[in-house]
Amino acid sequence: MPAIAMRELGGTSGRYYALLAAIGVFVALGLIACVYMETHGHIVTGMDNQIVWGMPHVFAVFLIVAASGALNVASTASVFGRAVYKPLAPLSALLAIALLAGGLSVLVLDLGRPERITVAMTHFNFSSIFAWNIFLYTGFFAIVGIYLWFMLDRTMNRHATRAGLVAFVWRLVLTTGTGSIFGFLVAREAYDSALLAPMFIVFSFAYGTAIFMLTLLAAHRWDERPLAEDLLQRLNRLLALFVAAVLYFVTVFHLTKLYVARFHDIERFVLLDGGVFTALFWLGQVLLGGIVPLLILYHPRLSRSRGWTAFAAAFVVLGGMAQMYVTIIGAQVYPIALFPGMQEASSFFDGEIHTYAPSFPEVLLGFGGFAIAAAIVLIALRVLRLLPERLDTAVRSEA
Amino acid sequence: MSAQRPGDPLISRRAFVTASAAALVTAALAPGVQLITLATARPSNEPASKTARWGLLIDTTRCQKGCRDCVTACGTENGLQHSSRPSTDPQWLRIVEMKDPKSGRTQSVPMMCQHCAHPPCVDVCPTGASFKRADGIVLVDRHICIGCRYCMMACPYKARSFVHEELTDQRPLVPRGKGCVEGCTLCVQRIDRDREPACVEACRAAGHDAMLFGDLNDPKSAIAQRVAQFATSQVRADLKLDPGVRYMGL
Repeated sequence: MPAIAMRELGGTSGRYYALLAAIGVFVALGLIACVYMETHGHIVTGMDNQIVWGMPHVFAVFLIVAASGALNVASTASVFGRAVYKPLAPLSALLAIALLAGGLSVLVLDLGRPERITVAMTHFNFSSIFAWNIFLYTGFFAIVGIYLWFMLDRTMNRHATRAGLVAFVWRLVLTTGTGSIFGFLVAREAYDSALLAPMFIVFSFAYGTAIFMLTLLAAHRWDERPLAEDLLQRLNRLLALFVAAVLYFVTVFHLTKLYVARFHDIERFVLLDGGVFTALFWLGQVLLGGIVPLLILYHPRLSRSRGWTAFAAAFVVLGGMAQMYVTIIGAQVYPIALFPGMQEASSFFDGEIHTYAPSFPEVLLGFGGFAIAAAIVLIALRVLRLLPERLDTAVRSEA
Repeated sequence: MSAQRPGDPLISRRAFVTASAAALVTAALAPGVQLITLATARPSNEPASKTARWGLLIDTTRCQKGCRDCVTACGTENGLQHSSRPSTDPQWLRIVEMKDPKSGRTQSVPMMCQHCAHPPCVDVCPTGASFKRADGIVLVDRHICIGCRYCMMACPYKARSFVHEELTDQRPLVPRGKGCVEGCTLCVQRIDRDREPACVEACRAAGHDAMLFGDLNDPKSAIAQRVAQFATSQVRADLKLDPGVRYMGL
């Protein structure tokens, strides 16, 4: 396979800085929202003592899960030896770092005491999955950073495969940790399942690949760099496989829940009469985020259109956000049963389906996380040679 | 000593220094002396004892429907102010009205932190801010709580509250803070001074006597004897968290 030239993102400076400034506005708005929330307290958000994790967590967990999945393309190249993806591996690693930085920013800025992040970095309770995650996240930055360095530095290139393998194993552990944040919560009937950890890994495959494809399409369009049709077809099939796997896992998850009598009520809530949550599950997560992308990606004509491919990937992202909303908010809206089988009522809203309306600052903070990730990608692509100059001949020669 | 001359100080320098030192020592020691006489249970410089397991026994058959004396006493003792925003107001103690849909039987159940022997909130807390004292009381160290609310996600009793707004008029012995999580401390500030939790005292004052406080590990204590003699139950016993709060009549 001939060496593929890598080149920085081009375009006129004016066009580039205008885009960076637009993203900068969202970063700034996110930070302003955070300052506002921290100054007044979480009273200005839609969260309360019933819904303790709100919209910022939906964005943050989505970004963190997508971060580990964004590494798929690099792993496929390094670990599974698919040389066709090799030129795309640096972008894949960069996206993984950027998305994780965006997600963690939202998570930290939504803390009740974000200025105490140093406390979280110096006091560890190792029975807490959160404490493990601090190591898993910082380790991910370090390992993927080293992997990226090995890929870019010719003198270190021979170690890239091994670094890629370590990064691959690490990201599986990382997403197991993210899924387990929820899976081990026996208090909440919507969780309490070991399936959440592997299911989150499958989610990450789909969400990360979708964001990768959107970034790749955008970057190549920006510079009008050629992109081979069969490479896109391969990515299409990869995404379709992951989306199908997501649908399979979601089906199995709900079937195992339905098998246990004490989970019947929560399942009825999510699947049948949960109002906005039921709608988000069926229309958002399953239809928009699963079935529609599958139809597009397997359609003989639509799958050949870049526009439709982008739509399919965007739908997977939107479906993923719907899934996070149902998983995180839906589980809290459903009341905790203190006395199973009994009716409960109290001044603390026991026995009631709770309500949650995300506030504007929360949503701004969430978009701020996406903007931080986008800004990192945009700056890195401009200053580092991470994108292949052209992606047509190389693929053809290999195929 | 020579006769005092005009312009001389009224007392000599040496006498002044001696008297000042004595006054300082007295001022420094006096409150301590006072504290020690109050705190017969445990001097403040000694750690909580492992031999004790503080707990509550709540007899729901004696809990009067509509009575909120324990809730009010909890709020007064701990400085919990209530606004017109019940969904964000901290509630360390609440009354859950329970109804059996089949028989129609109703009960009022005071619900608070159950001070579990295996507390999920302590397991999930990333910094160790949620901790269990040697004597079984589950607390939040407000100095290292980062406000992540993972404990609130993990608690099966919904016993914790997050401080959503700025606090005023706090009680000196009950430190709290915006952005931190909190919950029933079993009135640790009273227990350490050999007093009962405020809710228990209020329930007794109201003549209901539905709450009994004591050391579950001490076979001579009233609570241990009652638990040994009568059938008691734990809320969500299926989770095997071994709560320090037991119920009768559920």
